[in-house]
Amino acid sequence: MKTSTSLRSLLIAVPVMTLMACSSGPSEAELAAERNRVAAEQAAAQQAAEQANQEQVRLEAAQRLQQAQEIAEQERDELMSMQTVYFDFDRATIKADFYNVLDKHAAFLVKNMDQTIVIEGHTDSRGTPEYNIALGERRAQAVETYFLNAGVSASQISVVSFGEEKPAVTGTSEYAFAQSRRAVVVYK
Amino acid sequence: MKKYISQTTILIISILLCVAIKAHAQLNIVITEGVDNATPIAVVPFGWEGEGILPGELSDVINHDLRRSGRFNPMNMSQMPQFPRDISSVNYQSWVDKGINTIVVGKVKELGGDRFQIDFQLIDTQAGSQLEKSGQMLLDGQLVAGQSQLIAGRTLTVTGRDFRQFGHRISDIVYEKLTGQRGAFLTRIAYVAVRDRETVARPYQLVIADYDGENELALLSSKEPLMSPSWSPDGNKLAYVSFENGKPQIFIQDIYTMSRVKLTDFPGINGAPRFSPDGKKIAMVLSKDGNPDIYVMEIATRQLTRVTRHRAIDTEPSWAPNGKELVFSSERGGKPQIYRVNLETNRIKRLTFEGDMNLGGTITPDGTELVVVNRTNGNYHIARQNLNDGAMQVLTTTFLDESPSIAPNGSMIIYSTLHEGTQVLSLVSLDGRFKARLPGVAGQIKAPSWSPFLR
Repeated sequence: MKTSTSLRSLLIAVPVMTLMACSSGPSEAELAAERNRVAAEQAAAQQAAEQANQEQVRLEAAQRLQQAQEIAEQERDELMSMQTVYFDFDRATIKADFYNVLDKHAAFLVKNMDQTIVIEGHTDSRGTPEYNIALGERRAQAVETYFLNAGVSASQISVVSFGEEKPAVTGTSEYAFAQSRRAVVVYK
Repeated sequence: MKKYISQTTILIISILLCVAIKAHAQLNIVITEGVDNATPIAVVPFGWEGEGILPGELSDVINHDLRRSGRFNPMNMSQMPQFPRDISSVNYQSWVDKGINTIVVGKVKELGGDRFQIDFQLIDTQAGSQLEKSGQMLLDGQLVAGQSQLIAGRTLTVTGRDFRQFGHRISDIVYEKLTGQRGAFLTRIAYVAVRDRETVARPYQLVIADYDGENELALLSSKEPLMSPSWSPDGNKLAYVSFENGKPQIFIQDIYTMSRVKLTDFPGINGAPRFSPDGKKIAMVLSKDGNPDIYVMEIATRQLTRVTRHRAIDTEPSWAPNGKELVFSSERGGKPQIYRVNLETNRIKRLTFEGDMNLGGTITPDGTELVVVNRTNGNYHIARQNLNDGAMQVLTTTFLDESPSIAPNGSMIIYSTLHEGTQVLSLVSLDGRFKARLPGVAGQIKAPSWSPFLR
């Protein structure tokens, strides 16, 4: 009798429960799927955010690099406009007027280790071409020594003398001679 | 088809280029001093026995040669009393009356097939006049054997192309007979021409030409400087410095095949190459060991021997004719002076003491004189110093003289100087009495090097 009562109540309860289930929505599987979907969406969002963040970092880095390059280029351009050091007749001693300029070159070269330069030595047309090749080399070496003393790596510097073969100004005026007695720092 | 056209275009362009080069760089001559003390001579226009046009005017070549030697003052054609073609028709007294003691006469006969027979005679008119007076001149209308008035005479067969060269050969014979010194008319010069660096893509040119500027040929054109051409003793090759790779390197180039070899590529200066008199070695300046020193390289093995070792500048090596010594410029005594080093003992002796400095020393072919660039009171002039008594004589009065090179017979020095703001070549005789300028048509001309005797 007890069994029949409970059976009976079950018979009532099941349709009720079924009815309840119908009216109250998702099954357990559906819920799980929903949770997965949300989680995936969140993950995607997070990934997107992370990517955006990384992109931002990368952009900023690139910008910083570009800025650094721009600054270096600006510095280089500035240095290029003062790449010439002038000498007295038959001398290879660097005059004090040029220390400031050479210091700037040296500082730039120390900061930019992969930057290489050629120091060209030149003379005016007085004296023999062969002697002037030697004198031009001495002038270029004077600038090289100045840079080495300022901490520039020897591997960044090469030296070439053109003697009297490439005058800055042709002619025989004192002005032409003075303009031609020079060492030129050429950025490669 | 396209390839064919482009090749043709290139050919045409290169022909135009060659013509342009020839027209531009050709050297002229302006004699500035020394005609007065030259010996009068007359080169009578050569007779022509042929159908066509004379392939070249021999007497012009000979006239120019003799005048440029500084030793002779050839008579103008319009002043000549007669135009004999050979010794039998010379009126000796008519020449003596004009003050001409020596005449050159000759004739050219066409043999056909571009071959010509040239006869020429060098005649002492004074001796002829004496003989004429004493009545020994003719015997039955024939010339007497062993004529003392005939100094030299030759008959030779040449092709039309060789006319000019044969003119130089006649000049050589005339010069040697009359001065006792070998003529240097069959020689060449090498030099560097620098065109406008702003507008010309390859402004630096290495050029060779006959000693008189004819038959000019550009061996090389470059964007970067060319320096210090120096002849091999056989006259077939030039050593020089080229900056074509952005740094100085020594090359040797064959002037006939044009093939060339890079001899050195040391760090620093690779400069001032000079062939030894036997042609087997080259003296040079290298700064690979810190500063410029003199080295000698054996060409075949590339074996290098260091000659000087001094922290001062040593440069401009030049071989003594005996091949056992070098002279060079050194700052070891303060200002640059000329020193001599014995290559066997390595003993070094200072040679020059006069003036602020002396540079670019070369010993004359006979070994008795040293030719230098002397700086006194800031003026650079070509000078010579006797190696026995040490007496120095300044030879030039031009401006910023440099790069002296001596003719192989020791008669003349060619050098580079500034004339009206342009670098030109100039000539001065070793006694300083004859001076001439060789202006080029365009650009700066520098670094002349006189070839050895050519065959």
